[in-house]
Amino acid sequence: MNTVRLENATLTLGSRMLWHKLNLEVQPGEFLAVLGPNGSGKTSLLRVLLGLLPLSSGMVEIDGHPPRCGSSLIGYVPQQKSFDADLPIRGRDLVRLGLDGHRFGPGLLGSSAHKVDAVIREVGAQNYADAPIGLLSGGEQQRLRIAQALLGDPKILLCDEPLLSLDLSSQQAVSTLINESRLKHNTSAIFVTHEINPVLPMVDRVLYLVGGNWAIGRPEEVLTSAKLGELYGTHIDVLHSHGRIIVVGAGDAAFADVGGHHHEARK
Amino acid sequence: MNLLFQPFALHALLGASLVAIISGLIGPFVVSRGMSFAVHGTAELAFTGAAAGLLIAGNPIAGALCGAVIVAGVIGLLGARERERDSSIGVILAFGLGLGVLLLSLYRGFATEATNILFGNIFGISNGQLVTLLLIGFGVILVMSIIYRPLLFASVDPDVAIARGVNIRLIGIIFLFVLAFTVTAASQVVGTLLVLSIAITPAAAAMRFTARPSRAVALSVLFALLAADGGLATSLANGSIKPSVFVTTFSFAIYLVARLLGPTLRSTRSAQYGAEPNIVHRRENLGSAAGSKLEP
Repeated sequence: MNTVRLENATLTLGSRMLWHKLNLEVQPGEFLAVLGPNGSGKTSLLRVLLGLLPLSSGMVEIDGHPPRCGSSLIGYVPQQKSFDADLPIRGRDLVRLGLDGHRFGPGLLGSSAHKVDAVIREVGAQNYADAPIGLLSGGEQQRLRIAQALLGDPKILLCDEPLLSLDLSSQQAVSTLINESRLKHNTSAIFVTHEINPVLPMVDRVLYLVGGNWAIGRPEEVLTSAKLGELYGTHIDVLHSHGRIIVVGAGDAAFADVGGHHHEARK
Repeated sequence: MNLLFQPFALHALLGASLVAIISGLIGPFVVSRGMSFAVHGTAELAFTGAAAGLLIAGNPIAGALCGAVIVAGVIGLLGARERERDSSIGVILAFGLGLGVLLLSLYRGFATEATNILFGNIFGISNGQLVTLLLIGFGVILVMSIIYRPLLFASVDPDVAIARGVNIRLIGIIFLFVLAFTVTAASQVVGTLLVLSIAITPAAAAMRFTARPSRAVALSVLFALLAADGGLATSLANGSIKPSVFVTTFSFAIYLVARLLGPTLRSTRSAQYGAEPNIVHRRENLGSAAGSKLEP
Protein backbone atom coordinates (compact mmCIF):
# COMPACT_ATOMS: atom_id res chain seq x y z
CA MET A 1 0.00 0.00 0.00
CA ASN A 2 1.17 3.55 -0.76
CA THR A 3 2.23 5.70 2.15
CA VAL A 4 1.35 8.89 0.28
CA ARG A 5 -1.16 9.28 -2.52
CA LEU A 6 -2.16 12.46 -4.34
CA GLU A 7 -4.74 12.34 -7.11
CA ASN A 8 -5.48 15.30 -9.37
CA ALA A 9 -4.22 17.45 -6.54
CA THR A 10 -4.25 21.18 -7.24
CA LEU A 11 -3.01 23.83 -4.88
CA THR A 12 -3.69 27.52 -5.40
CA LEU A 13 -2.46 30.15 -2.96
CA GLY A 14 -4.12 33.50 -3.60
CA SER A 15 -4.03 33.94 -7.36
CA ARG A 16 -0.99 31.71 -7.85
CA MET A 17 -1.36 28.10 -8.92
CA LEU A 18 1.47 26.13 -7.31
CA TRP A 19 0.73 22.78 -8.89
CA HIS A 20 -2.05 21.55 -11.12
CA LYS A 21 -3.59 18.04 -11.14
CA LEU A 22 -0.59 16.48 -9.45
CA ASN A 23 -0.59 12.68 -9.29
CA LEU A 24 1.85 11.06 -6.92
CA GLU A 25 2.13 7.71 -5.21
CA VAL A 26 4.98 7.03 -2.81
CA GLN A 27 5.92 3.48 -1.84
CA PRO A 28 7.10 2.36 1.59
CA GLY A 29 10.88 2.70 1.76
CA GLU A 30 11.03 4.96 -1.29
CA PHE A 31 13.34 8.01 -1.42
CA LEU A 32 11.64 10.83 -3.34
CA ALA A 33 13.47 14.11 -3.91
CA VAL A 34 11.27 17.17 -4.50
CA LEU A 35 12.98 19.79 -6.65
CA GLY A 36 12.01 23.09 -8.22
CA PRO A 37 12.66 26.81 -8.06
CA ASN A 38 11.75 28.96 -5.04
CA GLY A 39 8.01 29.45 -4.72
CA SER A 40 7.14 26.37 -6.80
CA GLY A 41 5.23 24.83 -3.89
CA LYS A 42 7.75 22.30 -2.50
CA THR A 43 7.26 23.31 1.13
CA SER A 44 3.52 23.73 0.53
CA LEU A 45 3.45 20.09 -0.57
CA LEU A 46 4.89 19.13 2.82
CA ARG A 47 2.35 21.37 4.55
CA VAL A 48 -0.45 19.57 2.70
CA LEU A 49 0.92 16.18 3.78
CA LEU A 50 1.22 17.43 7.38
CA GLY A 51 -2.45 18.39 7.34
CA LEU A 52 -1.66 22.09 7.78
CA LEU A 53 -2.90 23.21 4.37
CA PRO A 54 -5.97 21.92 2.48
CA LEU A 55 -5.83 21.17 -1.25
CA SER A 56 -7.73 23.49 -3.56
CA SER A 57 -9.05 20.42 -5.34
CA GLY A 58 -8.23 16.75 -5.73
CA MET A 59 -7.43 14.13 -3.14
CA VAL A 60 -4.59 13.41 -0.73
CA GLU A 61 -4.12 10.36 1.47
CA ILE A 62 -1.52 9.44 4.08
CA ASP A 63 -1.44 5.69 4.61
CA GLY A 64 -4.96 5.43 3.23
CA HIS A 65 -6.47 8.26 5.30
CA PRO A 66 -6.80 12.03 4.94
CA PRO A 67 -3.83 13.90 6.47
CA ARG A 68 -4.23 14.62 10.15
CA CYS A 69 -2.48 17.41 12.03
CA GLY A 70 0.13 15.99 14.41
CA SER A 71 -0.12 12.45 13.03
CA SER A 72 2.50 10.06 14.37
CA LEU A 73 2.72 8.44 10.90
CA ILE A 74 4.93 11.36 9.90
CA GLY A 75 8.38 12.40 11.11
CA TYR A 76 9.44 15.92 10.16
CA VAL A 77 13.04 17.07 9.66
CA PRO A 78 13.31 20.88 9.27
CA GLN A 79 16.25 22.89 7.98
CA GLN A 80 19.08 23.69 10.35
CA LYS A 81 18.57 26.85 12.39
CA SER A 82 20.61 28.69 14.99
CA PHE A 83 19.62 28.34 18.62
CA ASP A 84 20.77 30.79 21.29
CA ALA A 85 23.76 29.41 23.17
CA ASP A 86 22.06 29.92 26.53
CA LEU A 87 18.70 28.42 25.61
CA PRO A 88 18.05 25.94 28.42
CA ILE A 89 17.57 22.85 26.31
CA ARG A 90 19.89 19.94 25.51
CA GLY A 91 19.94 17.89 22.35
CA ARG A 92 18.28 15.08 24.25
CA ASP A 93 15.40 17.33 25.35
CA LEU A 94 14.82 18.47 21.79
CA VAL A 95 14.68 14.85 20.62
CA ARG A 96 12.23 13.98 23.35
CA LEU A 97 9.90 16.84 22.40
CA GLY A 98 9.43 15.00 19.10
CA LEU A 99 7.83 12.15 21.03
CA ASP A 100 5.51 13.87 23.48
CA GLY A 101 6.06 17.65 23.18
CA HIS A 102 2.60 18.10 21.69
CA ARG A 103 0.86 16.46 24.66
CA PHE A 104 -0.67 18.39 27.52
CA GLY A 105 0.38 17.81 31.12
CA PRO A 106 3.87 18.08 32.61
CA GLY A 107 4.98 14.60 31.49
CA LEU A 108 6.20 11.82 33.72
CA LEU A 109 9.86 12.06 34.63
CA GLY A 110 12.06 9.36 33.19
CA SER A 111 9.39 7.59 31.19
CA SER A 112 10.37 6.92 27.56
CA ALA A 113 14.01 7.81 28.38
CA HIS A 114 15.13 4.46 26.96
CA LYS A 115 13.36 5.18 23.66
CA VAL A 116 15.14 8.53 23.46
CA ASP A 117 18.48 6.84 24.23
CA ALA A 118 17.87 4.25 21.53
CA VAL A 119 17.28 6.77 18.70
CA ILE A 120 20.19 8.93 19.87
CA ARG A 121 22.44 5.88 19.58
CA GLU A 122 20.92 5.00 16.22
CA VAL A 123 21.96 8.37 14.74
CA GLY A 124 25.32 8.25 16.52
CA ALA A 125 24.70 11.39 18.57
CA GLN A 126 25.41 9.98 22.04
CA ASN A 127 28.61 12.05 22.45
CA TYR A 128 26.89 15.41 22.33
CA ALA A 129 23.22 14.69 23.11
CA ASP A 130 23.63 16.14 26.60
CA ALA A 131 25.22 19.39 25.49
CA PRO A 132 23.05 22.52 25.12
CA ILE A 133 21.55 22.58 21.62
CA GLY A 134 22.90 26.09 21.00
CA LEU A 135 26.48 24.79 21.19
CA LEU A 136 26.12 22.10 18.52
CA SER A 137 27.26 22.39 14.94
CA GLY A 138 24.73 22.33 12.11
CA GLY A 139 25.57 18.71 11.30
CA GLU A 140 25.21 17.58 14.91
CA GLN A 141 21.93 19.44 15.22
CA GLN A 142 20.57 17.78 12.07
CA ARG A 143 21.50 14.32 13.37
CA LEU A 144 19.44 15.04 16.47
CA ARG A 145 16.62 16.29 14.22
CA ILE A 146 16.61 12.94 12.47
CA ALA A 147 16.54 11.17 15.84
CA GLN A 148 13.63 13.44 16.82
CA ALA A 149 11.74 12.52 13.65
CA LEU A 150 12.46 8.78 13.98
CA LEU A 151 11.28 8.65 17.59
CA GLY A 152 7.62 8.06 16.82
CA ASP A 153 8.57 5.22 14.41
CA PRO A 154 6.97 7.04 11.45
CA LYS A 155 6.02 5.57 8.07
CA ILE A 156 6.97 8.74 6.27
CA LEU A 157 9.89 11.13 6.78
CA LEU A 158 9.25 14.65 5.48
CA CYS A 159 12.53 16.52 5.13
CA ASP A 160 12.38 20.24 4.34
CA GLU A 161 15.79 21.37 3.06
CA PRO A 162 17.64 19.45 5.79
CA LEU A 163 21.03 20.10 4.17
CA LEU A 164 20.67 23.87 3.83
CA SER A 165 23.63 25.82 5.27
CA LEU A 166 25.57 22.67 6.15
CA ASP A 167 29.16 22.19 5.01
CA LEU A 168 29.84 19.47 2.43
CA SER A 169 30.91 16.72 4.81
CA SER A 170 27.87 17.32 7.04
CA GLN A 171 25.61 17.28 3.97
CA GLN A 172 27.07 13.90 3.13
CA ALA A 173 26.72 12.58 6.68
CA VAL A 174 23.14 13.80 7.13
CA SER A 175 21.86 12.54 3.77
CA THR A 176 23.54 9.16 4.34
CA LEU A 177 21.85 8.92 7.72
CA ILE A 178 18.42 9.69 6.25
CA ASN A 179 19.05 7.13 3.54
CA GLU A 180 20.10 4.42 6.02
CA SER A 181 17.08 5.12 8.23
CA ARG A 182 14.56 4.82 5.42
CA LEU A 183 16.15 1.55 4.25
CA LYS A 184 16.33 0.09 7.75
CA HIS A 185 12.77 1.00 8.78
CA ASN A 186 11.19 0.80 5.31
CA THR A 187 10.15 4.44 5.72
CA SER A 188 9.26 6.64 2.77
CA ALA A 189 11.51 9.71 2.63
CA ILE A 190 10.18 12.83 0.91
CA PHE A 191 13.13 15.14 0.65
CA VAL A 192 12.66 18.76 -0.42
CA THR A 193 15.93 20.20 -1.65
CA HIS A 194 17.35 22.72 -4.10
CA GLU A 195 20.60 20.78 -4.27
CA ILE A 196 20.16 17.32 -5.81
CA ASN A 197 23.80 16.26 -5.94
CA PRO A 198 24.36 15.22 -2.30
CA VAL A 199 21.38 12.84 -2.50
CA LEU A 200 21.61 11.86 -6.18
CA PRO A 201 23.05 8.37 -5.53
CA MET A 202 20.28 7.57 -3.01
CA VAL A 203 17.22 8.93 -4.75
CA ASP A 204 14.66 6.52 -6.23
CA ARG A 205 12.54 9.14 -7.94
CA VAL A 206 12.43 12.88 -8.43
CA LEU A 207 9.38 15.16 -8.38
CA TYR A 208 10.14 18.39 -10.20
CA LEU A 209 7.76 21.32 -9.71
CA VAL A 210 7.84 24.43 -11.91
CA GLY A 211 5.13 27.11 -11.97
CA GLY A 212 2.13 24.77 -11.93
CA ASN A 213 3.79 22.10 -14.10
CA TRP A 214 5.35 18.97 -12.70
CA ALA A 215 7.25 15.89 -13.75
CA ILE A 216 8.01 12.71 -11.88
CA GLY A 217 10.31 9.79 -12.54
CA ARG A 218 13.79 8.43 -12.02
CA PRO A 219 16.47 11.14 -11.93
CA GLU A 220 17.83 10.16 -15.34
CA GLU A 221 14.32 10.50 -16.82
CA VAL A 222 13.41 13.85 -15.29
CA LEU A 223 16.73 15.66 -15.09
CA THR A 224 17.26 15.93 -18.84
CA SER A 225 17.51 18.99 -21.08
CA ALA A 226 14.37 17.93 -22.96
CA LYS A 227 12.18 17.29 -19.91
CA LEU A 228 13.23 20.38 -17.94
CA GLY A 229 13.04 22.49 -21.10
CA GLU A 230 9.44 21.35 -21.46
CA LEU A 231 8.65 22.16 -17.79
CA TYR A 232 10.21 25.61 -17.86
CA GLY A 233 9.10 26.34 -21.40
CA THR A 234 12.55 27.50 -22.42
CA HIS A 235 15.94 26.12 -23.34
CA ILE A 236 17.66 24.33 -20.44
CA ASP A 237 21.01 22.57 -20.44
CA VAL A 238 21.58 19.66 -18.08
CA LEU A 239 25.29 18.98 -17.76
CA HIS A 240 26.88 15.90 -16.22
CA SER A 241 30.23 16.28 -14.59
CA HIS A 242 31.99 13.70 -12.38
CA GLY A 243 28.66 12.17 -11.34
CA ARG A 244 27.17 15.58 -10.54
CA ILE A 245 24.29 17.20 -12.35
CA ILE A 246 24.35 20.88 -13.21
CA VAL A 247 21.24 22.59 -14.55
CA VAL A 248 21.90 25.73 -16.56
CA GLY A 249 19.12 28.13 -17.58
CA ALA A 250 19.06 30.24 -20.70
CA GLY A 251 20.49 33.24 -18.86
CA ASP A 252 17.15 34.99 -18.63
CA ALA A 253 16.60 36.51 -15.17
CA ALA A 254 13.26 34.73 -14.89
CA PHE A 255 15.09 31.43 -14.86
CA ALA A 256 17.73 32.28 -12.31
CA ASP A 257 16.16 29.73 -10.02
CA VAL A 258 16.67 26.95 -12.52
CA GLY A 259 20.27 26.95 -11.48
CA GLY A 260 19.34 26.23 -7.91
CA HIS A 261 20.95 22.86 -8.34
CA HIS A 262 24.30 24.43 -8.58
CA HIS A 263 25.55 27.88 -7.82
CA GLU A 264 27.57 28.21 -10.99
CA ALA A 265 24.34 28.15 -12.92
CA ARG A 266 23.12 31.35 -11.29
CA LYS A 267 25.47 33.49 -13.38
CA MET B 1 12.75 37.80 65.15
CA ASN B 2 9.36 37.71 66.86
CA LEU B 3 8.06 39.99 64.16
CA LEU B 4 8.29 37.06 61.76
CA PHE B 5 5.52 35.24 63.61
CA GLN B 6 3.04 38.10 63.61
CA PRO B 7 0.01 37.37 61.39
CA PHE B 8 0.81 40.26 59.04
CA ALA B 9 4.32 38.89 58.51
CA LEU B 10 3.09 35.34 57.95
CA HIS B 11 0.51 36.56 55.46
CA ALA B 12 3.17 38.55 53.67
CA LEU B 13 5.52 35.56 53.62
CA LEU B 14 2.84 33.24 52.28
CA GLY B 15 1.80 35.68 49.57
CA ALA B 16 5.38 36.47 48.59
CA SER B 17 6.33 32.78 48.44
CA LEU B 18 3.44 31.93 46.17
CA VAL B 19 4.21 34.89 43.93
CA ALA B 20 7.86 33.83 43.82
CA ILE B 21 6.88 30.29 42.81
CA ILE B 22 4.72 31.39 39.89
CA SER B 23 7.15 34.11 38.78
CA GLY B 24 10.01 31.62 38.86
CA LEU B 25 7.88 29.13 36.97
CA ILE B 26 7.09 31.38 34.02
CA GLY B 27 10.53 33.08 33.98
CA PRO B 28 12.47 30.59 31.82
CA PHE B 29 9.68 30.64 29.23
CA VAL B 30 9.61 34.44 29.23
CA VAL B 31 13.37 34.51 28.61
CA SER B 32 13.33 31.69 26.00
CA ARG B 33 10.53 33.41 24.10
CA GLY B 34 12.22 36.81 24.26
CA MET B 35 9.26 38.33 26.11
CA SER B 36 11.01 40.32 28.86
CA PHE B 37 9.74 43.54 27.37
CA ALA B 38 6.20 42.14 27.27
CA VAL B 39 6.46 41.47 31.01
CA HIS B 40 7.61 45.03 31.62
CA GLY B 41 4.86 46.43 29.41
CA THR B 42 2.19 44.33 31.11
CA ALA B 43 3.42 45.48 34.51
CA GLU B 44 3.34 49.17 33.51
CA LEU B 45 -0.20 48.77 32.26
CA ALA B 46 -1.08 46.98 35.49
CA PHE B 47 0.01 50.26 37.11
CA THR B 48 -2.45 52.19 34.97
CA GLY B 49 -5.14 49.65 35.81
CA ALA B 50 -4.33 49.84 39.52
CA ALA B 51 -4.54 53.64 39.43
CA ALA B 52 -7.92 53.40 37.72
CA GLY B 53 -9.09 50.73 40.17
CA LEU B 54 -8.04 52.89 43.09
CA LEU B 55 -9.81 55.96 41.72
CA ILE B 56 -13.03 54.25 40.71
CA ALA B 57 -13.51 51.47 43.26
CA GLY B 58 -10.74 51.84 45.83
CA ASN B 59 -9.45 48.43 44.70
CA PRO B 60 -6.01 48.58 43.06
CA ILE B 61 -5.60 44.76 42.64
CA ALA B 62 -8.77 44.34 40.59
CA GLY B 63 -7.74 47.35 38.51
CA ALA B 64 -4.22 45.99 38.00
CA LEU B 65 -5.63 42.65 36.89
CA CYS B 66 -7.95 44.32 34.38
CA GLY B 67 -5.10 46.42 33.03
CA ALA B 68 -2.76 43.43 32.67
CA VAL B 69 -5.39 41.21 31.05
CA ILE B 70 -6.41 43.92 28.57
CA VAL B 71 -2.81 44.53 27.57
CA ALA B 72 -2.18 40.76 27.21
CA GLY B 73 -5.14 40.59 24.85
CA VAL B 74 -3.89 43.56 22.85
CA ILE B 75 -0.36 42.14 22.59
CA GLY B 76 -1.85 38.83 21.45
CA LEU B 77 -3.88 40.56 18.75
CA LEU B 78 -1.19 42.96 17.54
CA GLY B 79 2.09 41.21 17.49
CA ALA B 80 2.61 37.75 16.12
CA ARG B 81 6.24 38.53 15.30
CA GLU B 82 8.75 39.49 17.96
CA ARG B 83 9.92 42.80 16.52
CA GLU B 84 6.42 43.95 15.69
CA ARG B 85 5.33 42.91 19.16
CA ASP B 86 8.05 44.93 20.87
CA SER B 87 7.20 48.14 19.05
CA SER B 88 3.47 47.68 19.76
CA ILE B 89 4.25 47.16 23.44
CA GLY B 90 6.40 50.30 23.47
CA VAL B 91 3.57 52.33 21.99
CA ILE B 92 0.92 51.01 24.42
CA LEU B 93 3.26 51.29 27.39
CA ALA B 94 4.08 54.95 26.82
CA PHE B 95 0.43 55.91 26.48
CA GLY B 96 -0.67 53.72 29.41
CA LEU B 97 1.91 55.21 31.78
CA GLY B 98 0.81 58.73 30.91
CA LEU B 99 -2.79 57.76 31.56
CA GLY B 100 -1.79 56.23 34.89
CA VAL B 101 -0.09 59.45 36.00
CA LEU B 102 -3.24 61.40 35.09
CA LEU B 103 -5.44 58.98 37.07
CA LEU B 104 -3.17 59.22 40.11
CA SER B 105 -3.20 63.01 40.03
CA LEU B 106 -7.01 62.88 40.09
CA TYR B 107 -6.90 60.60 43.13
CA ARG B 108 -7.50 62.50 46.38
CA GLY B 109 -6.72 59.70 48.85
CA PHE B 110 -3.50 58.83 50.62
CA ALA B 111 -0.31 59.55 48.71
CA THR B 112 1.20 56.28 49.96
CA GLU B 113 -1.30 54.35 47.81
CA ALA B 114 0.56 55.56 44.74
CA THR B 115 3.96 54.41 45.96
CA ASN B 116 2.41 51.12 47.04
CA ILE B 117 1.30 50.48 43.47
CA LEU B 118 4.73 51.36 42.09
CA PHE B 119 6.90 49.65 44.71
CA GLY B 120 4.63 47.08 46.35
CA ASN B 121 3.06 46.81 49.78
CA ILE B 122 3.16 43.18 50.77
CA PHE B 123 3.04 43.91 54.52
CA GLY B 124 -0.17 45.86 54.16
CA ILE B 125 -1.94 42.98 52.41
CA SER B 126 -5.53 42.40 53.50
CA ASN B 127 -7.13 38.98 53.93
CA GLY B 128 -9.17 39.49 50.79
CA GLN B 129 -6.06 40.41 48.80
CA LEU B 130 -4.24 37.36 50.13
CA VAL B 131 -7.09 35.14 48.98
CA THR B 132 -6.87 36.77 45.52
CA LEU B 133 -3.12 36.05 45.44
CA LEU B 134 -3.70 32.43 46.45
CA LEU B 135 -6.32 31.95 43.75
CA ILE B 136 -4.09 33.49 41.08
CA GLY B 137 -1.14 31.41 42.31
CA PHE B 138 -2.91 28.08 42.17
CA GLY B 139 -4.56 28.97 38.87
CA VAL B 140 -1.21 29.80 37.27
CA ILE B 141 0.41 26.60 38.60
CA LEU B 142 -2.49 24.54 37.26
CA VAL B 143 -2.47 26.10 33.78
CA MET B 144 1.33 25.94 33.54
CA SER B 145 1.39 22.26 34.44
CA ILE B 146 -1.19 21.60 31.70
CA ILE B 147 0.57 23.55 28.94
CA TYR B 148 4.17 22.86 30.09
CA ARG B 149 5.25 20.52 27.27
CA PRO B 150 3.57 22.24 24.29
CA LEU B 151 4.73 25.61 25.65
CA LEU B 152 8.32 24.37 25.86
CA PHE B 153 8.03 22.88 22.35
CA ALA B 154 6.51 26.07 20.91
CA SER B 155 9.10 28.24 22.68
CA VAL B 156 12.28 26.47 21.57
CA ASP B 157 11.25 24.78 18.33
CA PRO B 158 8.13 26.36 16.78
CA ASP B 159 8.54 24.87 13.27
CA VAL B 160 8.59 21.27 14.40
CA ALA B 161 5.94 22.01 17.03
CA ILE B 162 3.60 23.14 14.22
CA ALA B 163 4.42 20.02 12.23
CA ARG B 164 3.59 17.90 15.28
CA GLY B 165 0.19 19.55 15.55
CA VAL B 166 0.81 22.06 18.34
CA ASN B 167 -1.40 25.14 17.99
CA ILE B 168 1.43 27.54 18.79
CA ARG B 169 -0.74 30.63 18.44
CA LEU B 170 -3.24 29.36 21.01
CA ILE B 171 -0.44 28.31 23.37
CA GLY B 172 1.15 31.76 22.96
CA ILE B 173 -2.11 33.51 23.85
CA ILE B 174 -2.73 31.30 26.89
CA PHE B 175 0.81 32.10 28.04
CA LEU B 176 0.17 35.84 27.64
CA PHE B 177 -2.78 35.59 30.01
CA VAL B 178 -0.79 33.48 32.47
CA LEU B 179 1.80 36.25 32.28
CA ALA B 180 -0.81 38.93 32.96
CA PHE B 181 -2.04 37.17 36.11
CA THR B 182 1.49 36.49 37.34
CA VAL B 183 2.57 40.08 36.77
CA THR B 184 -0.45 41.35 38.69
CA ALA B 185 0.35 39.07 41.61
CA ALA B 186 4.05 39.95 41.51
CA SER B 187 3.30 43.66 41.52
CA GLN B 188 1.69 43.22 44.96
CA VAL B 189 5.05 42.12 46.33
CA VAL B 190 7.64 44.23 44.54
CA GLY B 191 5.39 46.78 42.82
CA THR B 192 4.66 47.28 39.14
CA LEU B 193 8.01 48.97 38.48
CA LEU B 194 10.11 46.11 39.84
CA VAL B 195 8.25 43.04 38.56
CA LEU B 196 11.19 42.10 36.34
CA SER B 197 13.30 41.49 39.46
CA ILE B 198 11.35 38.34 40.33
CA ALA B 199 9.91 37.43 36.93
CA ILE B 200 13.10 37.64 34.81
CA THR B 201 16.22 37.86 36.97
CA PRO B 202 15.89 34.46 38.71
CA ALA B 203 15.25 32.74 35.36
CA ALA B 204 18.20 34.48 33.73
CA ALA B 205 20.37 33.33 36.64
CA ALA B 206 19.03 29.76 36.46
CA MET B 207 19.83 29.52 32.74
CA ARG B 208 23.49 30.25 33.58
CA PHE B 209 23.65 27.06 35.63
CA THR B 210 21.85 24.44 33.61
CA ALA B 211 20.75 23.52 30.11
CA ARG B 212 17.99 21.16 31.26
CA PRO B 213 14.54 22.69 30.87
CA SER B 214 13.10 21.12 34.03
CA ARG B 215 16.14 22.09 36.12
CA ALA B 216 16.08 25.62 34.75
CA VAL B 217 12.47 25.93 35.93
CA ALA B 218 13.26 24.42 39.34
CA LEU B 219 16.30 26.67 39.90
CA SER B 220 14.39 29.72 38.73
CA VAL B 221 11.64 29.00 41.29
CA LEU B 222 14.26 28.44 43.99
CA PHE B 223 16.06 31.72 43.21
CA ALA B 224 12.78 33.65 43.13
CA LEU B 225 11.86 32.19 46.53
CA LEU B 226 15.27 33.10 47.96
CA ALA B 227 14.98 36.66 46.69
CA ALA B 228 11.36 37.20 47.78
CA ASP B 229 11.49 35.55 51.20
CA GLY B 230 15.03 36.70 51.94
CA GLY B 231 14.06 40.25 51.00
CA LEU B 232 10.96 40.10 53.18
CA ALA B 233 12.83 38.78 56.22
CA THR B 234 15.55 41.41 55.86
CA SER B 235 12.93 44.11 55.59
CA LEU B 236 11.34 42.94 58.86
CA ALA B 237 14.66 43.51 60.56
CA ASN B 238 14.97 47.00 59.00
CA GLY B 239 11.46 48.28 59.46
CA SER B 240 11.72 51.59 57.67
CA ILE B 241 12.83 50.29 54.27
CA LYS B 242 10.37 48.75 51.76
CA PRO B 243 10.82 44.99 51.18
CA SER B 244 11.06 45.49 47.41
CA VAL B 245 14.44 47.15 47.94
CA PHE B 246 15.79 43.96 49.50
CA VAL B 247 13.97 41.65 47.09
CA THR B 248 15.56 43.38 44.11
CA THR B 249 18.95 43.42 45.85
CA PHE B 250 18.84 39.69 46.66
CA SER B 251 17.65 38.91 43.16
CA PHE B 252 20.46 40.95 41.61
CA ALA B 253 23.05 39.37 43.91
CA ILE B 254 21.91 35.89 42.85
CA TYR B 255 22.24 36.93 39.24
CA LEU B 256 25.77 38.27 39.80
CA VAL B 257 26.82 35.01 41.44
CA ALA B 258 25.29 33.11 38.55
CA ARG B 259 27.18 35.23 35.99
CA LEU B 260 30.43 34.51 37.83
CA LEU B 261 29.98 30.83 38.64
CA GLY B 262 27.45 29.61 36.09
CA PRO B 263 29.64 29.53 32.98
CA THR B 264 32.28 27.40 34.67
CA LEU B 265 29.71 24.89 35.90
CA ARG B 266 27.76 24.77 32.67
CA SER B 267 30.75 24.39 30.37
CA THR B 268 32.66 21.98 32.59
CA ARG B 269 29.68 19.75 32.32
CA SER B 270 29.34 20.04 28.57
CA ALA B 271 33.10 19.60 28.12
CA GLN B 272 32.64 15.95 29.03
CA TYR B 273 31.04 15.47 25.66
CA GLY B 274 33.56 15.24 22.88
CA ALA B 275 32.96 16.89 19.57
CA GLU B 276 32.19 14.78 16.55
CA PRO B 277 35.45 14.57 14.61
CA ASN B 278 34.12 14.85 11.06
CA ILE B 279 31.94 17.85 11.54
CA VAL B 280 33.20 21.39 11.43
CA HIS B 281 31.94 23.47 14.33
CA ARG B 282 30.66 26.95 13.81
CA ARG B 283 32.66 28.66 16.48
CA GLU B 284 31.19 32.08 15.85
CA ASN B 285 27.91 30.82 17.30
CA LEU B 286 29.40 29.80 20.61
CA GLY B 287 28.82 32.22 23.40
CA SER B 288 31.87 33.19 25.41
CA ALA B 289 30.30 31.46 28.37
CA ALA B 290 30.33 28.15 26.62
CA GLY B 291 33.30 28.45 24.34
CA SER B 292 35.27 25.88 26.25
CA LYS B 293 32.88 23.05 25.34
CA LEU B 294 34.80 22.18 22.22
CA GLU B 295 38.28 22.72 23.57
CA PRO B 296 40.13 19.52 24.42
